[in-house]
Amino acid sequence: MSASDVSEREQKILGIIEIARGKRGKFRDQQINMAHGAGGKATQSLIEGLLAPAFSNPTLDEMADAGAVSIDGVELAMTTDSYVVKPLRFPGGSIGELAVNGTVNDLSVAGARPLALSLSLVLEEGLAADDLRAEVEAIARAASAAGVQIIAGDTKVVERGHADGMYVCTTGIGQRDPRARMSPSALKPGDRILLSGSIGEHGTAIMLARNEFELDAEIESDTRSLWPVVDALLEAAGPDLRCMRDATRGGVASVLNELARASSVAMIVREREIPVKPEVAGAAEILGIDPMYVANEGKLVAFVAPEAADEALSALRSVPGCEQAAEIGEVRTEPPGMVLVQTSFGGRRVMDQLVGDPLPRIC
Amino acid sequence: MKFVDEFRDAELGRALAGEILSLVEPGRHYKFMEVCGGHTHSIYKYGVDDLLPANVELVHGPGCPVCVIPMGRVDDGIAIAHNDGVIFTCFGDMMRVPGSEGSLLEAKAAGADIRMVYSPLDALRIARENPDREVVFFAIGFETTAPSTALTLKRARMEKLENFSVMCSHVTIVPPLKALLESPDLRLDGFIGPGHVSTIVGARPFEFIPADYGKPVAIAGFEPLDILQAIVMILKQLEEGRCEVENEYKRVVPYEGNLKALEVMGEVFELRPHFEWRGLGFISHSGLKLSAAYADLDAELRFNVPGVRVADPKACQCGEVLKGVIKPWECKVFGTGCTPERPIGTCMVSSEGACAAYYNYGRFAREREVV
Repeated sequence: MSASDVSEREQKILGIIEIARGKRGKFRDQQINMAHGAGGKATQSLIEGLLAPAFSNPTLDEMADAGAVSIDGVELAMTTDSYVVKPLRFPGGSIGELAVNGTVNDLSVAGARPLALSLSLVLEEGLAADDLRAEVEAIARAASAAGVQIIAGDTKVVERGHADGMYVCTTGIGQRDPRARMSPSALKPGDRILLSGSIGEHGTAIMLARNEFELDAEIESDTRSLWPVVDALLEAAGPDLRCMRDATRGGVASVLNELARASSVAMIVREREIPVKPEVAGAAEILGIDPMYVANEGKLVAFVAPEAADEALSALRSVPGCEQAAEIGEVRTEPPGMVLVQTSFGGRRVMDQLVGDPLPRIC
Repeated sequence: MKFVDEFRDAELGRALAGEILSLVEPGRHYKFMEVCGGHTHSIYKYGVDDLLPANVELVHGPGCPVCVIPMGRVDDGIAIAHNDGVIFTCFGDMMRVPGSEGSLLEAKAAGADIRMVYSPLDALRIARENPDREVVFFAIGFETTAPSTALTLKRARMEKLENFSVMCSHVTIVPPLKALLESPDLRLDGFIGPGHVSTIVGARPFEFIPADYGKPVAIAGFEPLDILQAIVMILKQLEEGRCEVENEYKRVVPYEGNLKALEVMGEVFELRPHFEWRGLGFISHSGLKLSAAYADLDAELRFNVPGVRVADPKACQCGEVLKGVIKPWECKVFGTGCTPERPIGTCMVSSEGACAAYYNYGRFAREREVV
């Protein structure tokens, strides 16, 4: 075999792989397992392989955090989310606060000012009334802080052993901001990647609160409403703001991968620029987990045209709680659909999508 | 993080990369195997290979204890886990390794009580807290993790915990290395020796590599500077015509190893006549089982285990990939019969295995070769 035959064969195989990777995920599993909920490849196969084709329409096919609806010229956005966190209360927040902020944030990063929420409570037989009362109060407080009203609701009770205390589902409506011109497929080479603050706190706080690791560290969930952050970015960058995502399940890495695929661009991220609190970095090191894949509940990633990036970053940093915001990288052309990291050590590597839950390594 | 960041210093890394560049002969291609999966992970995590000249290639060795567990043993574990009343415990990354009919993760979804633990002692705690349940620990790993399993078994015996048992799939590092070295078509120039394993077994067991097979060894730690330093050491040996076991990881690895740990292992374990490795086949005296004195805590004796060997498909060429004879894409089943979603051999099971890495990042790797 000559050298050119070899490289031809290699090219061919790379081509086959690329086609296979580029295909929409297929849902072939025999049953649902925890990986389908982890925000990685398995989640993607569930959404792309089962849900999206079943309900396909132009709004849904955009795969944004909130769907756009236009009623007599009024531009609205709608989103929904369920909250099943264990334990119900954790340092820095609780399920009630998450249920408000999570939905408010999905509207916000879609460029919509949150207006109103519905609230469904699934309660487990035996849940202490005081626990429920505490969560209802947390929901009311978070809603008032985020400037939204709860305008509809529902309650259900299920038998003991069925709902980990309580599940909460919220649906939100917001008004799309006229300053926003965003789309997941709008990224262009040269765009700058901004991150609104330090990462990995929510997921780490939850992991430690479960007491499975006998690790103690003062790490609090970062749950908060992101609307003030979005408002500041829209004011500073307006139409130069290409897209935003809140980096929840699957962390910043999953958001970047999703958008690199949606826009068929590459991204390069500078590890050195990514703010991580020392407590989070330490816990991640011990647990063998990369903070880039850990959930946040109050951090967003924004893609901004290069000429507006500096102004957008200083606007971000002026929002209380976002003082650590940073420009962490930029959008490139090659290789499309891939996210590369320039490591602090000086090498480069691919930052891939998660296959399932981040599982700790033994070696 | 103090005492860690010092070993990740980018400037020192660049200096070592410069030294490596000055040591390589232009036109010569170097292939070094990092034996341990932990090294592979560090190389990947810090982008260490990106700092190496194009003619220095790192070959990922057989030292990922999760990936080498064959399908039949995963099936056995799942069969035990499906017994009524059993709580089956294992390390996190073992959960995704496929058996012939799915992984432990899928078995969990199907109703088996399978729990992830960080240490065999966690499994023991679960046994203590659930006296009416049978708790089984799926013990895997090289000499690194075997002592902690051994100590856990000793404690279970001391506490007279009767509802605890271990499915022992521990393996030893030297036999697979010998098997690789025995192969006439081996194309390796040196070995980055396994740091964690060596903290237990010491440097002595690797003396046969230079003595019998004429390949230099540098035992290395797991920080990126450790790995670059080990490569410098191997290149210097090659340049100076030396061939020996050097110890880059002296801050942790004593030449004689950890005698106490070895003693406990000797008490609790004995060598199996042979053990099957995914992708590599049967290797003599390469696996551990519980010794006669601890046989009553052996899950394979306590439960009905199918013990059916599931052959790796013949077309799988993990052995050749590991020896550096072929590139991943040259394997007959690469990308068709064997993909990260449905892996066959050990090189595809771990996301850091040579084949999985090539499958996922091939185009990036090519771009790097061009640069």
